[in-house]
Amino acid sequence: MVPNIGYGALFLTFLISIYGVGAAIYGVVKKSPHWVDSARNAMLLTWPLLTISAISLIYLLVNGRYEVEYVASVTSNSMPIYLKVTALWGGQAGSLVFWTWLMSAFTSAATLRKWDRDRELLPWVIVVALVTLIFFLGMVIFIENPFTRIWTLPSGSLFNTMFPPAGAEPYFQQDGQGLNPLLRHPGMIIHPPMLYLGFVSFVMPYAFAIAALVTGRTDDRWIRLTRRWSLVAWLFLSLGLLLGGRWAYDVLGWGGYWGWDPVEIAAFMPWLTGTAFLHSVMIQEKRGMLKHWNMVLVILTYDLVIFGTFLTRSGVLSSVHAFAQSAIGPLFFTFIGLTFIVSLSLLLHRWDSLKSETQMTSLLSREALFLLNNLLFIGILVVCFWGVIFPLISELVTGQKVTVGPPFYERATGPLFAGLLLLMGIAPLAAWRHSTAQTLGRAMWKPGIASLVAVGVVLLLGIRQPAALLGFWLASYVTAVTLYEFWRAAWARHRKSSESLPLALWSLFGRNRRRYGGYVIHLGVVLMAIGIIGIEVFQTETQGTIAKGEQLSIGNYTLKYDSLAVFDTPDGRNIARAVVSVYKNGKYMGDLHPRRDYYYESQQPMTIPGVRSTWEDDFYVLLVDWQPVSTEGATFKIYHNPLVNWLWLGGLVFILGTLVAAWPDRQSERILASAGQPGYAAAEV
Amino acid sequence: MEPFEPTTTQTQGATAGRTKFIIGGILIIAAIIYLIISSTQASAQYFLTIEELAVKGSSVAGRDLRVSGAVLGDSIQYDSQTLTLSFDVAHVPGDNKEIEAQGGLAQVLHAAVMDPSRPRLHVVYQGVKPDLLRNEAQAIMTGRLGEDGVFQADELLLKCPTKYEEALPEQSDSGADS
Repeated sequence: MVPNIGYGALFLTFLISIYGVGAAIYGVVKKSPHWVDSARNAMLLTWPLLTISAISLIYLLVNGRYEVEYVASVTSNSMPIYLKVTALWGGQAGSLVFWTWLMSAFTSAATLRKWDRDRELLPWVIVVALVTLIFFLGMVIFIENPFTRIWTLPSGSLFNTMFPPAGAEPYFQQDGQGLNPLLRHPGMIIHPPMLYLGFVSFVMPYAFAIAALVTGRTDDRWIRLTRRWSLVAWLFLSLGLLLGGRWAYDVLGWGGYWGWDPVEIAAFMPWLTGTAFLHSVMIQEKRGMLKHWNMVLVILTYDLVIFGTFLTRSGVLSSVHAFAQSAIGPLFFTFIGLTFIVSLSLLLHRWDSLKSETQMTSLLSREALFLLNNLLFIGILVVCFWGVIFPLISELVTGQKVTVGPPFYERATGPLFAGLLLLMGIAPLAAWRHSTAQTLGRAMWKPGIASLVAVGVVLLLGIRQPAALLGFWLASYVTAVTLYEFWRAAWARHRKSSESLPLALWSLFGRNRRRYGGYVIHLGVVLMAIGIIGIEVFQTETQGTIAKGEQLSIGNYTLKYDSLAVFDTPDGRNIARAVVSVYKNGKYMGDLHPRRDYYYESQQPMTIPGVRSTWEDDFYVLLVDWQPVSTEGATFKIYHNPLVNWLWLGGLVFILGTLVAAWPDRQSERILASAGQPGYAAAEV
Repeated sequence: MEPFEPTTTQTQGATAGRTKFIIGGILIIAAIIYLIISSTQASAQYFLTIEELAVKGSSVAGRDLRVSGAVLGDSIQYDSQTLTLSFDVAHVPGDNKEIEAQGGLAQVLHAAVMDPSRPRLHVVYQGVKPDLLRNEAQAIMTGRLGEDGVFQADELLLKCPTKYEEALPEQSDSGADS
């Protein structure tokens, strides 16, 4: 019953969405607001219906209805209830339902706003949103259906379908296979929803951009309307990526946080174009330039979002992530191709109306630096795309599959990232319109000197690697420039309005959230860069087998193997847990408990490190092997990761900065913004 | 008020202004292309199946390669003192279409392990034994083929047998050098 309800709701939503697209287009053609409103209602109906579908699936998951094949594949009796709920996105079919549910929530939220001034955009926003929804729903309904059940015929053969063959009975299993243990970590539970939220919410700016192209309203209205959407989408995407990295570090046991795996890159690529987009739209708003760029960036972001889902789900690349191999691949590819071609055609059609209002005159002006920013981000995107596509192309062209690994990405993107970091320290100082090397130099020399002092300190500490020195210099330089920006504005305000300095600083955040939130984000990036330099350049590792009481050393640290306990737990796993003591420079620092979990039902072992974290470094210990009843001892692998916690701190600051930037404006500012006062826009710089 | 008409010199100035941007843009793009090409040449690795490796034989000896195969559980030997791992892998087709035609990756891995006539490769790896290394797992090894026909792996990547639908993350372990 319940599977039929869930599936029926999906199908109904599918039909209603098709109706909505038709009604919206018809409403435009016949100039009938009545039909457009009908389309809007259809749009609003999708979310309640998909909620029914999602709830049905959750009900089946929580109640252990193992005759439903999806439930059997991702849940088991020993899983706690909250994990069973999260199993909704534990497998391909369920996660697609989850995707569509999120998508309908966001598009409904968008259609609920007041449309008075933008009535002509509404039908096209509906069309784009619904077409995307139709695509994913179609995928779920016809190919990756989570509601299929296992049936058995008297002959004993089993079928996995939605509707039973004649004479078949449901096949009840006693237990399911359970969620992959690697997915049971808190970070991995939130990581997919965050990424999906990011992906899904990027559809809205794209929808508005297409609406703007179709209706010819290519002024920056569509950008202003979707400004907060873009920022929120970017927030979720960034959060998803950060959580993924944290999870990899905590649970995968290889001492790293980013492996340049195609699926990681799949989520990273829309982030790149999204970041470029967020920066580039500022130039369109302030100077009426880079309009073509912004259209291209938002179209790319949308198609990369779909491409990202495609890479993860179609198995087209033999990456460790990309697992599921089904008919989904060609369908995704066709959808991406079609939407890309249609979007580009629309853009070309409106090319002239997107001409810049003014000319760029100076290579060192802020506008020009933002243009450079776009180029660098696109450059990194092309590197990533090339690395991911290369095996396929080489196989097509030469018949021989050739792959590239992390060294390729690091070598090719390293200089580009360094360039971006440098830009963070130059662009805020550059003047609009006209800037020469002299004026820029005058602004740069003080923070420049301060950062050289910082590098001097680093040199004194004995660090000689050029990459690290360059990185630390850039980090300190950008910090100096950014803090200087805060200082300058707060001081000016303090002088003018006689507010105390702290209050002046606080009110900066109220007056221009986007700008100062953005600077906080930049500071977050700097902190992350410091963490990345620490772990990438200075990581050391060692491994060895020691008996109880023996020691293993690395750098200033010593590890002593104290004891080992092996036991079963009620949730179906066997745990081998070692107790080791950590000594630094001979001084006792505490105990760590690296362990090995073995999940019986999925026969999946999992290595959880014991980590001692400080701001200075992480002492990261893995229990690799043990001999339970012998004098031989256990094998440990130790990583020493300097500065890695700055990466996570930076991530936190990054997210905080994004929240600041995305925070709704005070009422008075909102009214001015919606009136489109040019004076207000200029003051916002 | 007279409509403003740019004089010849002013239009020339505007074009000259455009030129420096175009040149700048081309320089950046050229730099990016250079980065991509040089990094590809430096890091590209042939991705071979065991049959292809057998065919190429000595022509790729000493080159950095990636090979995939199905792990033969019985052959796994691990010395946890020296952290030396050795095992055999059986040939698995590389083409996704072929894999689909043969019934999916899990079937293909199973068939590879059960079939004694399939070409096999002996792999030696220095390092920690990955959790996912077991019978019928898909292993992707990066390293070199030695003179003796034994594959010396620097990096070992394991995929879990496709019994499970959920996407699994990579679990890799690199040697001390990379």
